[in-house]
Amino acid sequence: MNSTLIIVAVLVLATGYGFVDRKRAGKIKSKVDSRHSITAHEIGSDLGESATVLQFSSAFCTPCRATRSILSSVIAHYPKIKHVEVDAENNLALVRRLDIRQTPTTLFLNAAGKEIARAVGAPKRDQVINALERI
Amino acid sequence: MIDARGPRWSAGLTSIVLILALITRSPIFIIIQLVQFGIGAFAGPPNSPYAWLYKRFVQPRLSKTFDSEDVRPPQFAQFVGFIFALLATVGALSHTWLLFTIATSFALFAAFLNSAFGYCLGCKLYLLGVRFRRV
Repeated sequence: MNSTLIIVAVLVLATGYGFVDRKRAGKIKSKVDSRHSITAHEIGSDLGESATVLQFSSAFCTPCRATRSILSSVIAHYPKIKHVEVDAENNLALVRRLDIRQTPTTLFLNAAGKEIARAVGAPKRDQVINALERI
Repeated sequence: MIDARGPRWSAGLTSIVLILALITRSPIFIIIQLVQFGIGAFAGPPNSPYAWLYKRFVQPRLSKTFDSEDVRPPQFAQFVGFIFALLATVGALSHTWLLFTIATSFALFAAFLNSAFGYCLGCKLYLLGVRFRRV
């Protein structure tokens, strides 16, 4: 097969995927199907009084740092909401149970520890504020 | 912490070298890339030849203020690149052009995404790898 054609195909596919991925990243999706609640014991930290924002991170993840600073600066305005960051690699049982596939993944938990929304990838500041206002 | 622009420069140069490899089918380009990925993956991206070129010729011309990032995400990406370049080198040296073309195309896909979009390969692949490894 013509190598120029292959190169063009790879670059077009990568560009298309890049735009789709950038658009999808960090979108906060509401979830109603939350059968199990997440306990303080599982995340090694107390849950927040009204809600908990649970961030899964890993060592090989540059956007995890940005996510941490966005979440902690937004949550600072909500004294009853707590930001908890856990290392995905050290919590594999929880990662499998919640089907976390990449980092950063952020779960929004209500006071009972049930997941009500999730963002895969780094969420944007105003999206986080929206999600917290809805809790 | 390293200059976050360095790995994107390296990914751009990698894309060019991989395109040359696909066009010429000369093993020299994929071997150059294999050496770059190998040093980046095992000695760390800042010690790699492309990083040297970046520090010598590119960084002095850029703004003095920049985003920094942890060295581990780009190092992970270099390791993934190393695996594909190794397969591609085996393909080139044994004249198995299908293997060479597929492995080089995957590496080009990832390198181009990294360079053009700042794509985080470690975010998507690392956790999946760990989940499979320790089932």
